[in-house]
Amino acid sequence: MSAIEDVVTEAPAVEAVPKRAMTLGAGTSLVVLALLFLVPIFAKNFIIFQMTMLLIYGLAVLALNILTGGSGQFSLGQSAFYAIGAYTSAILMEQYNVNYALTLPIAGVICFGAGFLFGQPALRLSGVYLALATFALATAMPQLLKLNFFEKWTGGVQGLVVTKPDAPFSLHISQDTWLYYFTLAVVVAIYIFSVNLLRSRSGRAFMAIRDNEIAASAMGIDVALYKTLAFGVSAGITGVAGGLGAIAVQFVAPDSYTITLAISLFLGMVVGGVGWLPGSIVGAAFIIFVPNIAESISKGLSGAVFGVLLFLIIFLVPHGARQVAVVCQQALGRLRKM
Amino acid sequence: MELFTNQILAGIATGAIYACMALAVVMIYQAIDHLNFAQGEMAMFSTFISWQLMQWGIPYWGAFVLTLAFGFVGGIAIERLLFKPLAKAPILTNVAGFIALYSIINSCAGLIWDFTIKQYPTPFGSSPFLGSQLISTHQAGMIGVTILLLIGLYVFFQFTRIGLAMRAAASLPESARLVGINTSWMIALGWGMAAAIGSIAGMLIAPVVFLEPNMMGGVLLYGFAAAVLGGLTSPFGAVVGGFLVGIFENLAGTYIPGVGNELKLPIALALIITVLVVKPAGLFGRHIVKRV
Repeated sequence: MSAIEDVVTEAPAVEAVPKRAMTLGAGTSLVVLALLFLVPIFAKNFIIFQMTMLLIYGLAVLALNILTGGSGQFSLGQSAFYAIGAYTSAILMEQYNVNYALTLPIAGVICFGAGFLFGQPALRLSGVYLALATFALATAMPQLLKLNFFEKWTGGVQGLVVTKPDAPFSLHISQDTWLYYFTLAVVVAIYIFSVNLLRSRSGRAFMAIRDNEIAASAMGIDVALYKTLAFGVSAGITGVAGGLGAIAVQFVAPDSYTITLAISLFLGMVVGGVGWLPGSIVGAAFIIFVPNIAESISKGLSGAVFGVLLFLIIFLVPHGARQVAVVCQQALGRLRKM
Repeated sequence: MELFTNQILAGIATGAIYACMALAVVMIYQAIDHLNFAQGEMAMFSTFISWQLMQWGIPYWGAFVLTLAFGFVGGIAIERLLFKPLAKAPILTNVAGFIALYSIINSCAGLIWDFTIKQYPTPFGSSPFLGSQLISTHQAGMIGVTILLLIGLYVFFQFTRIGLAMRAAASLPESARLVGINTSWMIALGWGMAAAIGSIAGMLIAPVVFLEPNMMGGVLLYGFAAAVLGGLTSPFGAVVGGFLVGIFENLAGTYIPGVGNELKLPIALALIITVLVVKPAGLFGRHIVKRV
């Protein structure tokens, strides 16, 4: 077969989102933050634990959002980086007695490295090929974690048990509450970092690549570097989320990090609206609470409910929670005028 | 030496299945430029249908034909209902659609037939083939059915009007439409045929991996590896890729120390990444030159 010249009129990988539409205004952000801060006062321990998981998944979805909404690349393999982060934290805490807070930056750096390295070959791929490579990564990850070779550190199929940290400075709050505030602090810090990253020179480079790779390289952007960088940053943040997840769940095992987790995170991003950072928390709420509701309707049906809802979102509100938020905002504006 | 021949033959037998999956993936990729992540689940669901038919007392080959028909109609229905409206949508939306389909089918199969592992019959038996110890009759049957299927597809695409129309619609949609081909239905037909081919793969591999909702995970990954190796734009390449990947998997498992069943999926991952990095178009794929 010869090399035929084809005129390719490809659909864009991701629809463009203007930079300003990616975040919330300062006022709204503060209200959301205040609400999140007050939750533990009114809630029971189990709810606090679920809110912690919500924040953690929100962080992982945010990481995917930076990659896809920011630089227009796909990943169905976020569960792999989440797993690496979780295992890094667990191993450091349990085998080397490192303080739990210190394990997070280490997990982040290791995952940044892993993501950067995986991004090296992956950056030559676009669209479906990247989705395929990351899909393969996520499918293969549990088997890699079970390997005999690593069993000394990872505990093999059995996994590792992690001890829950106590509140410091002899504060009189429960472990769950402390962990919630700790997670909240980490998440807020990373959220601010991400917002600033997308507003910076690098962020503009990401978006230029997302919208038109050829035009971006013509403007002097090092496409290869920024694509791998986006992959690395996304993997790093996912790793921190994984580390937090390990501390909160107190347990890591290979089969907690299957392709299902990667699919959930991907779904969370679509539900929250691709490229809308605050949507990450909406998406996370969806992937945490909807399976519970679905299972209360019928056990084993949660996958089907997930899928059907995903189709509904694709067809009815393709921009996810962002679209809903915009519609609400416009409705409010009209009310004010009346 | 006997071990070597044995492994090559076993590799060709599993390779036949990978070739079918790769062919199904490539047919849909040709038609709509997207990878069907739900291909394995569609095949799994068809296999369950055939199992259910056999439970109701229909003989194997009757169930086989009925399942093919079910797969064909199901494939067309999925395309018409779910993916035709997404034709112009961004890649992300399509990927999300495939993921949704994956999770719906997997969950429904689990709900209807639950997650316990089931035995699946083989019509070929499992005695040694022609008295030799090298392969079993089921493995020989897998190879035989696949070869028949490939010959059938070759004849269909080369010598029938509708086969020609499908090729035209896949390679130059605009021109095909100008000469009066209904390209939209050709895409649906491609989906139907891909689903039917997938169900053949499912029914042939089920006696080996046993029947359960997650049975196709590894097979699909190897199917993807085969499709990528052969080139996503070449059905012929996909078939060759399938056999090569099957042989490679068996030889790696036998001769590289420390590589056993537990490294099955990482090997597929390594294979996919290597091919994508070294030769992204695959062995027989067409290089697509973009005009700026």
